[in-house]
Amino acid sequence: MELISLHAKKIMEGCKERAREVGLTFSDETLEYIVTNRDLLELSPKVMIPTLYDYWVHDVEVLREKGRYELYPGNPYETVINTRPPISFYNDNNPDWLNVMIFYHVLGHVDFFQNNAFFRNTWDYDFLGRALSDKRVIAKLRAENGRWVDYIIEFTRGIDNLVGYFGELARLDSPEPERGRKMLDYYFDIFLQSVKKTRISDYIKEVDRYNTFQKQYGARGEEAFFVEVKKEHPEFEAFLEKHLKMKPVQRMDLIEYLMQNAAFLKKEENRWMKSVMNVVRNTSLFFAPQIRTKIMNEGWASFWHEILFMQDDRIKGHEVDFARVNAGVTAMPRVGLNPYALGLRLFYHIKDLADKGKLSHAFQQISNVRQREAFDTGARKGQDMLLWIRENLCDFMFINTFVDQDFMTHNNLFVAGTRLNEKKMVWEYFIKSKKAADYREMLKDSLYHPPAITVDPEKTKEGHLYLVHQFEGKPLVSEYIPNTMLGVEFLWGGPVSLETTEVASVGPSAVSALDSAPGSAPAVGVKPEVNWQRVIYTMQDRKLTKEIL
Amino acid sequence: MKIKTGIKGREFRGLRKYEAMEIKEDIYAYDDLSVLQDMKAPQYTHATGMRSLEELLERDKQREKDGFPRKIRIGRLMKPGKGDKGKIVVVPTTVEEKFIHDHSIQAPGQEGGSGGSGEGEEGDIIGEEPIRNGTPSGAGPGEGEGGEHEIESSAYDLGKILTEKFELPNLKDKGKKRSLTRYTYDLTDRNRGFGQVLDKKATLRRILRTNQELGNIPDWEDIDPTRFLISPDDLVYRILSPEKDFESQAMVFFLRDYSGSMAGKTTDLVVTQHVFIYSWLLYQYARQVESRFILHDTEAKEVDDFYTYYNSQVAGGTKVASAYRLVNEIIKKENLAADYNIYVFHGTDGDDWDTDGRETIPELKTLLNYTNRVGICITEHASSVTHNTEMERYLKQSHFLEEKPKLIRLDVMEESAEESRLIEGIKVLISP
Repeated sequence: MELISLHAKKIMEGCKERAREVGLTFSDETLEYIVTNRDLLELSPKVMIPTLYDYWVHDVEVLREKGRYELYPGNPYETVINTRPPISFYNDNNPDWLNVMIFYHVLGHVDFFQNNAFFRNTWDYDFLGRALSDKRVIAKLRAENGRWVDYIIEFTRGIDNLVGYFGELARLDSPEPERGRKMLDYYFDIFLQSVKKTRISDYIKEVDRYNTFQKQYGARGEEAFFVEVKKEHPEFEAFLEKHLKMKPVQRMDLIEYLMQNAAFLKKEENRWMKSVMNVVRNTSLFFAPQIRTKIMNEGWASFWHEILFMQDDRIKGHEVDFARVNAGVTAMPRVGLNPYALGLRLFYHIKDLADKGKLSHAFQQISNVRQREAFDTGARKGQDMLLWIRENLCDFMFINTFVDQDFMTHNNLFVAGTRLNEKKMVWEYFIKSKKAADYREMLKDSLYHPPAITVDPEKTKEGHLYLVHQFEGKPLVSEYIPNTMLGVEFLWGGPVSLETTEVASVGPSAVSALDSAPGSAPAVGVKPEVNWQRVIYTMQDRKLTKEIL
Repeated sequence: MKIKTGIKGREFRGLRKYEAMEIKEDIYAYDDLSVLQDMKAPQYTHATGMRSLEELLERDKQREKDGFPRKIRIGRLMKPGKGDKGKIVVVPTTVEEKFIHDHSIQAPGQEGGSGGSGEGEEGDIIGEEPIRNGTPSGAGPGEGEGGEHEIESSAYDLGKILTEKFELPNLKDKGKKRSLTRYTYDLTDRNRGFGQVLDKKATLRRILRTNQELGNIPDWEDIDPTRFLISPDDLVYRILSPEKDFESQAMVFFLRDYSGSMAGKTTDLVVTQHVFIYSWLLYQYARQVESRFILHDTEAKEVDDFYTYYNSQVAGGTKVASAYRLVNEIIKKENLAADYNIYVFHGTDGDDWDTDGRETIPELKTLLNYTNRVGICITEHASSVTHNTEMERYLKQSHFLEEKPKLIRLDVMEESAEESRLIEGIKVLISP
């Protein structure tokens, strides 16, 4: 890999100046490399992180048909990686005008990485450097322990999608509350509700009383309030002390739990395994924000490359070239979802809403279409709103909040369905719904969402680990269960159970009717009915058994 | 600009002016390098690939010794080229198992759909896609899914790997029927002085040698051919001579049900299995294998090459008898029984309109008279895993399986079978 030419670097620096002028913020330093086919060959299995640890699966084509993105949250061919400084990759023979467009796109991503709150866990260190030291650790351990290192990597990767990413964010984001705050929280959240079991009406009265004190005594209101409380409940102080001494319950993900509690990993000769597990866990956490902001991130980068390119005085004469490439990137497909196009349009939509003051209660109350269209308070708050959104939202919130009927209508969006036409033997694509609610559901359904599987500390007894899958309407891929559990059993060093939900029976489906013998009644049109059941899988001594609850 | 991607897309035919366009599976299939910079996924080379395949299989063996199930699968994605039958793409693959959601099963009324945009009202049909796959999103044969990391290999190599690494049995008796040796005549022998065709290169070489010996080439840097002396003895000719030519020892018939119900996974399984069997035979007979490909629905037809065999799909019903009848006809007409070890492998989903085998059984009986092995593989649909398909029923009733276990074998698997199951199935079909 070699750096881009000085000429191209100069263009990049010009792009940075212009991007800063419109309000994007990012670190001064960036690195740009030219990549060849050969480089990509090495980089893509490592999710474009040149220093990622070596693992044999990286050298093998991985089966892709099933839920690929769910298995691999990292994008194998990203152009820019979230490191310090950020590194981006370029084709050797891009013309200058194209590089200008790509530079702006890259700067959009860099701005997003460095400002979006969901990336908080990646801000304090350079992943490239950490990955390099991790890679060395693993290489050293491999020299000592041979292929067993690869088994530990494999087994930990088997559960690395269950990492407590949101817990990690919460830990980083909420500073330790001070004592006064703790007392207030304890009184209202725990003491009244759990200890005293106060009735709701009394609880509300108590809240009112607190507010009255605040009003009456201002800054000293809380103090005065608690003087009263202590008079009323002499035991309160003792309870509070006891509560504060209690260790806060830490919500651990499965990897953390294993590292802390598995007797197997506590053995002297197995201690090294924890280092490997930690590397895998940290790597997974690093990629977690990216996949949860795909639509926003690509929309944001496309939004700015479009605006900034058109404003750039250096590329005059290439507007048509740009238009062609840009249309290819940001055109809405007739059928299918394009995150670039969708995100871009949503940002334009939000800017329009904010500019006209439509993000207000007053606007929401209007139901007349004409009035809604004409509504404009002249607020011109679009730019601020966009920057705020890129700071605080992830894909789910973005879609859930802003995909509304106006957006659907304006962009001619719909949910496309497929059905079998038996006469023509084709799959027909048809317009299934033009309702915003349906479109939102379809989008949410397509977002990355790992299953919620946690350790049940109550049921974990006598060296038998008990995992619970919280059912959210979709079962787990059953063919992956045995090997994944095999890995957990190995790391845990004892039997492991998983409580989950799966299909008990399915009603008649249309498949068998395709070429049934003439005369037999076709079963098309009957919607398969799914009945669910709760089951426990148990892996013991590398044998899997299943029990229906 | 058409958006290209290394990750697979599907062809889609719209009714309007929309030409073929690609539909990506999900929003995460997009990436900047391909979308913005039009960079394709890198190509793996043959050399690196084959070496790593050996290594990987070695590692996999070690895994088994360590008490973990094997992880490497080979050849799940294959793109037989048109014409060149010996060429096959071997793709070592693996999957990293995790707990993930299964999107294929959903509660009623919850089934998703995809995004779309443009003109039209609810209910309008906006495009269609011919059924080649089980579901519109399924991976099917012939699709370039392994586009990036494929390793080209010959079927012979694959057969070798299958035999050695996956412990497929060796044939005990390599041909009761003798292999024919006959002579063909070819212009291969060389003769000085006279003959049919002048071998110019060899002649020139001799002339040079003669002239050098004569000292007629003073300066090797500056040769003047006009001054060469040519002896009649320098002229080298090629003459017609008899050559030994080995005839194939085995003739394999691959039969495949390509009726409508076979779409998707079942076809994939059957075809993959047939590639494996073909490769295995090729290795066993040291390349002396000829293969014939027959497709059938209610009628049977022979196709020229594996490519067509692999990619064809129709929508008709199923009559197994038609295929066996065609094989019998071919064998009779070409008098194959005398010279060849004949193998017949048949893949189907077990549906047959001839529900009690009244037509099929007699044809099969005839066939068993001159074949070394008939291997039938039934891939049952997930919705009807009952071991009760029409074909399985009447085969069992015929008692062929017990009476002639050396001649006919049956294997029944679910359509969701993994590659390891496939290999097991092949062992059942071909073991001595």
